[in-house]
Amino acid sequence: MIHTAPPSISQSETVPQATPPTPPRKPTRRNLSWLGLVPFLGFALLFLILPVFYLVNGAFQTPDGRYSFETMLSLSAPEIAGSYGLSLKLSFASAAMGTVFGLILGYALLLGGLPSWVRRAFMTFSGVASNFAGVPLAFAFIATLGRLGLVTLVLRDVLGINIYAAGFSLFSFWGLTLTYLYFQLPLMVLMITPALEGLRPEWREAAESLGASRMQYVARVALPLLAPSVLGCFLLLFANAFGTLATIYALTSANYPVVPIVLFQQIRGNVLYNPNLGYALAVGMILIMGLSNTLYFILRRRAERWQK
Amino acid sequence: MSRRFPILSALIALIGAAFFIVPLIATFNFSLRMKRGELSFEAYRSVFDSDVFLGVLGFSATASLMAILMGVLIVVPTAYWVRLRVPRARPVIEFLSLMPLIIPPVVLVFGYVRLYGSSSILPLTMTEAGTNVLLVIGYVVLSVPYMYRAVDNGMAAIDIATLTEAAESLGASRLRTIVFVIFPNIRSAIMSGAFLTFSISLGEFVITSLLNRPAFGPYLVQMGQDFAYQPAALAIMAFAFTWICMVLMEAFATRKPGQRLLPWRAPRSVTKAKS
Repeated sequence: MIHTAPPSISQSETVPQATPPTPPRKPTRRNLSWLGLVPFLGFALLFLILPVFYLVNGAFQTPDGRYSFETMLSLSAPEIAGSYGLSLKLSFASAAMGTVFGLILGYALLLGGLPSWVRRAFMTFSGVASNFAGVPLAFAFIATLGRLGLVTLVLRDVLGINIYAAGFSLFSFWGLTLTYLYFQLPLMVLMITPALEGLRPEWREAAESLGASRMQYVARVALPLLAPSVLGCFLLLFANAFGTLATIYALTSANYPVVPIVLFQQIRGNVLYNPNLGYALAVGMILIMGLSNTLYFILRRRAERWQK
Repeated sequence: MSRRFPILSALIALIGAAFFIVPLIATFNFSLRMKRGELSFEAYRSVFDSDVFLGVLGFSATASLMAILMGVLIVVPTAYWVRLRVPRARPVIEFLSLMPLIIPPVVLVFGYVRLYGSSSILPLTMTEAGTNVLLVIGYVVLSVPYMYRAVDNGMAAIDIATLTEAAESLGASRLRTIVFVIFPNIRSAIMSGAFLTFSISLGEFVITSLLNRPAFGPYLVQMGQDFAYQPAALAIMAFAFTWICMVLMEAFATRKPGQRLLPWRAPRSVTKAKS
């Protein structure tokens, strides 16, 4: 067999890595095989690794080009720390609510004795709703719970409850959380389904034959088994909310200073008056996203032990 | 166990359904109220009548299709090669393919703007065409996690080693093998990834807006600032669009190689035999 690399390689760009030093006599097959990955590795290098590296590099420099931790440390300035706090709180609230309600809904759908068409309908809908984010979602919630939204008006005119007079606003913390819940809840239902399906009926029968009540089974058997999956899903929802920008941008006209919004405006017009602080802001986001995703993968590994 | 009607579960499902459906009903109802005192499709008509709408939709659809094409060209040969020749590289490639999930789009585009801006070796953002290329590349990066997973799953379902050997023993070159043997066998998987890519990139806002492209995402935001009823109509259309993409994605993802997409249509061979 002749080991020519696939033709798509011909357009390979400046890719220094991926070829281990060739032994002097005859190149072995494996060394040449690596060449087939050059297009993908080159693409990832140019449009994923180098851009991120550029930002990380800039985050550890001062505006005059000195390497120092100064810029990263200035993330603790009150205004920026406030943005991170707001982002973390919003992500935590929407992820926690999504996790709890999603778990309850998923449990009811899969193990609650409902007919299977109900479950199928919810699963299909969840697939759509978890992808229905961004600007259109903001529009839908403005039409629903905005000042002139249908639900707001029905509550006011039919039931006599004026939610805006009572202090609710779609453009405040809880309004945003509720909007995020529209994609967080279905995502949780979809992601927790395999874990719920992995709860074997035998375990429940065993608990029951030992005299456990339904509540005891849930609290002492099902929940501990589900815990790693649930926690993992929570972290994924958390990261999902943390990176969300378009929804909140359209809802609040970019007037709600969560980290992605601040970063967006920094790219538009250097609102922080320090380009390096912008890089540090981005690196902070990567760190938080990376941490929650890494923990998610670890927990998923753990959860899969029970699903064999 | 008692076989009573599951009241508690039904109640939970009902509340869940209400949370999902009420916003959609409210939005639809809102979108019909553009004419005072009656329900009409005026808002939809007004959206479709605008040249701007058709312009941005055309731009975004083209960019999304280019992203799908480019994604397939990068992902398919790589996934094939990893499975066939360098399985040892799988962890690295998988990690790289999942990395876009960790890097938020706003961070990614920040890096692009700086790295490919005015003073770089490759100043893509200095020309219109270059910026468009960067936009498509951004969409490709966003979709790689889903595209790679879909294609890799597709390849797991067929025996690529045997197929490749068979093709080579008949004298096919590697390019021919990929294009005429592997590709048709994972067409469903590719289509499934393609529809997800399409639904992600058509209304994408962050990268598009920061690269100043006249596309659908920034147009939506602008509509939200300028009008009251058209955004509701656009939201309903976006929901319908997402639904269609997801249904097609599911349909292709669960299809086995050679199986027809529409089960109720008789296979060609049968119809031929009858005629």
